[in-house]
Amino acid sequence: MTADATPYVTEDGRQIGGVMMDLRDITLRFGGVEAIKSISFDIREGEIRAIIGPNGAGKSSMLNVISGFYKPQEGEVHFRGKKRPPMRPYQVARQGVARTFQNIALFEGMSVLDNIMTGRMGHIKSNMLAQAIWAGKAQREENENREAVERIIDFLEIQAIRKTPVGRLPYGLKKRVELARALAAEPDLLLLDEPMAGMNVEEKEDMSRFILDVNDEFGTTIALIEHDMGVVMDLSDRVVVMDYGRKIGDGTPDEVRNNQEVIDAYLGVAHD
Amino acid sequence: MLYREAGDFKTTYVADSQTFPLKLDRIGFWVTMAVAWLVIPFVINDYWASSLLVPFLIYAIAAIGLNILTGYCGQVSLGTGGFMAVGAYACYKLMTSFPDINIMIHIVLAGGITAIVGAAFGLPSLRIKGFYLAVATLAAQFFLVWLFNKVAWFYNYSASGQINAPERLVAGVAVTGPSTPAWAQYLICLFFVTLCALIARNLTRGTIGRSWMAIRDMDIAAEIIGVNPLKAKLTAFAVSSFFVGIAGALFFSVYLGAVEVGEVFGIQKSFLVLFMIIIGGLGSIFGSFAGAAFLVLLPVALKWIGVDVMGWPTDLVAHFQLVIVGALIMFFLIKEPHGLAQLWRLAKEKLRLWPFPY
Amino acid sequence: MSADFLYGIEVVLNGLMAGVLYALVALGFVLIYKASGIFNYAQGVMALFSALTLAGIMSGQVPFAHLINAIFGTDIHYFGWNVPVLAAIILTLVVMVIFAWCVQRFVFRHLVGQEPIILFMATIGLAYFLEGVGDLMWGSDIKTLAVGLPQGGSLWVEDATSGLGGDDFYGFFIDKLDMVATVVAIILVAGLIAFSQYTKQGRAMRAVADDHQAALSVGISLNFIWVLVWSLAGLVALVAGIMWGAKSGVQFSLSLIALKALPVLMLGGFTSIPGAIVGGLIIGVGEKLFEYLIGAPFLGGATENWFAYVLALLFLVFRPQGLFGERIIERV
Repeated sequence: MTADATPYVTEDGRQIGGVMMDLRDITLRFGGVEAIKSISFDIREGEIRAIIGPNGAGKSSMLNVISGFYKPQEGEVHFRGKKRPPMRPYQVARQGVARTFQNIALFEGMSVLDNIMTGRMGHIKSNMLAQAIWAGKAQREENENREAVERIIDFLEIQAIRKTPVGRLPYGLKKRVELARALAAEPDLLLLDEPMAGMNVEEKEDMSRFILDVNDEFGTTIALIEHDMGVVMDLSDRVVVMDYGRKIGDGTPDEVRNNQEVIDAYLGVAHD
Repeated sequence: MLYREAGDFKTTYVADSQTFPLKLDRIGFWVTMAVAWLVIPFVINDYWASSLLVPFLIYAIAAIGLNILTGYCGQVSLGTGGFMAVGAYACYKLMTSFPDINIMIHIVLAGGITAIVGAAFGLPSLRIKGFYLAVATLAAQFFLVWLFNKVAWFYNYSASGQINAPERLVAGVAVTGPSTPAWAQYLICLFFVTLCALIARNLTRGTIGRSWMAIRDMDIAAEIIGVNPLKAKLTAFAVSSFFVGIAGALFFSVYLGAVEVGEVFGIQKSFLVLFMIIIGGLGSIFGSFAGAAFLVLLPVALKWIGVDVMGWPTDLVAHFQLVIVGALIMFFLIKEPHGLAQLWRLAKEKLRLWPFPY
Repeated sequence: MSADFLYGIEVVLNGLMAGVLYALVALGFVLIYKASGIFNYAQGVMALFSALTLAGIMSGQVPFAHLINAIFGTDIHYFGWNVPVLAAIILTLVVMVIFAWCVQRFVFRHLVGQEPIILFMATIGLAYFLEGVGDLMWGSDIKTLAVGLPQGGSLWVEDATSGLGGDDFYGFFIDKLDMVATVVAIILVAGLIAFSQYTKQGRAMRAVADDHQAALSVGISLNFIWVLVWSLAGLVALVAGIMWGAKSGVQFSLSLIALKALPVLMLGGFTSIPGAIVGGLIIGVGEKLFEYLIGAPFLGGATENWFAYVLALLFLVFRPQGLFGERIIERV
């Protein structure tokens, strides 16, 4: 279980703060199927939190609960010390939670630039009338957003493809554009659903570097689902292990690695 | 060789997000505008106005409207005819109730009223999607036509059940009623087309437009990354209906002058405008113009070829028209879902690289 | 029992009969939708086309006579023979199967995997195309379809029920044709259900409906199944065309019954055969009752034009998957 929430500094010098998001006894059902069975864990400010587990363990459902897309039947979500009232996913996003998806969910009909610009949705204040005239505040805002987006484009090294329609990009780049779209929101909490699925070693290394840089430079808290154990163990500060909708382990990578139940359910059989 | 972007550098984000990034395109645009505003009004005659240019301009407005809803926001509507009727009847009621106010204001207000009605009928789109929604918009189509047919208040209790546009002046020249000169009809429509295209362009390249397209491409993901689907869908319905309402008001007051609702604004009209955006190109302002031009020209051209050149009876040509339109729709959906606009874009892309193939 | 109440029952009965016909058209939609995910707007025009073809074959019309005359300056209209009803129906079915094959081969084979809404718009194009072809082949004048179905009200029902409501009540007026249509529709539905449950092709059809790729991987020919369902939809269209055509003549308005079937489907769910039947009955009774109780006395009548849609719309807002449709769990 979670240790006390006193801030500390990691070996590589990153600040880990208090509890940012606290999930308490979450239970999620689809008809008769219990996808998540009374799970509690927390995510602390500034840390990289991994959620692992075999296929069908309920990891993605967990992220969907955090981003407000699935409404759990039981349990509470506490964000920044306050109980989160029922809200629509876009409201959750505007509280500073951004995410990427397991099966890339980019807007295929739009250019890379436009895709990333949609990430800025929560930062728009000008109304429709101003946008219709395309002058004054609306245009100023558009330019400010464009500058913010260009910084992220530079950061993720995708300058060359900014005007390319997303549909024409290869898989690895799509993943990166999706990360860019999430970052454009300048989130406090970034959820990554299998950011390295289907990538080769080189692409995985690139992506790992980006994740660490995001965490390091922007201080963004990150929760990620990943199957590659090597990546998880290297990147994350703490790991939650799920199996069949239950939580079977929670702690630092070393603690989890030595947890017998986890070894039985997952590590011993599923991976080298 | 001239048509290319090499050397055409942008130094500001404003310049980078303009409508026509290439210099030659900008020149082409201004030449078109100059011809439309400064040349055509002086050479236009009744035939050109009534059979080609005026319907083309009005349908272009309606097509832009539907394209915003269907092409940009992904919500298919089969209620365009009904919403055009709202614009027409709103305009008629305003014209007859407040005869002293300028007709231009009436037309804009008619658009506004249609926007409200459209947003109300757009409410179900929050719960239902895809062709369920398409079928649901038929409810608007049938209900609205029935309403304007049955409630006598809307047609001022006239015996025929028709509405007739009284004469109204703009700057001393009649723009509605039987004595309207062709050039005045043309100019008032051109004014509204220019206005609507400009607004549509600005909305679609900005934040609102991106939220529409995000909903279109993947509505669930859009909501999770922060797009308010309620706002996106309802604004799409409202803006779309605003344009469609203006088109309906112009269609009635400037173009036809007298309207019987079931005949003019029936379901066939909904399909016609839908076909325009399919053929012209979903999600393209230019495509709305191309599609409108194409489907206004097609019957005229077919009639000319079939009746005048080949000497066939008119009903036979009308049947052929159905076959050709139907076949074209299927052809475009199979071969080029982005329509004429995409063909044009591909041609331009080739031209940019010419004479080198890559 | 008061006469008013009995007239109410008569309205309900007539509504049920109309509902059966709606259900019949809706059934054609469901068949194609289940097997291919295509929402076939052209179903109504298919009914019109098949009725036109049947009437044309029976009276020995020369197909495309109008066109031929216009091109070659000839003046031909009829072959000069009459084809017996049964033979004409079989020939019409052959035409519908050819049509089904063409649709599959030239249109929807190229649209496999497209979004449902694109497919839907393609069928609107198909509807225009087929309407044009039908007019070119057989001319657009109104035709009567005399296939020997009984016409007029049923005196037997009227006599049997006449005394029920006192002297003011003359018995139920029920159209004989409606009664025949009901019986035919029931037989057709039973036949289709039996076909899909007990034959090899029927099982293959259901497999395709469930999962295209899985069906393909166990050796079912998708192409064949799709031609089959389009043919079946053609058969249903023909039956609907005969019933409606016998009732009010074969003319363009016949294709509008497709529009009537749409709210039925929204109510019943696009994938459910029982849903189509129940939805059809609800719409049929609902619109007749609404017109009788509220529409005609208070709203100036002709509410049948929109009642079904508004009912379906309201219903959908509260239950988006329809009466019998399955609830969809959305995933990302």
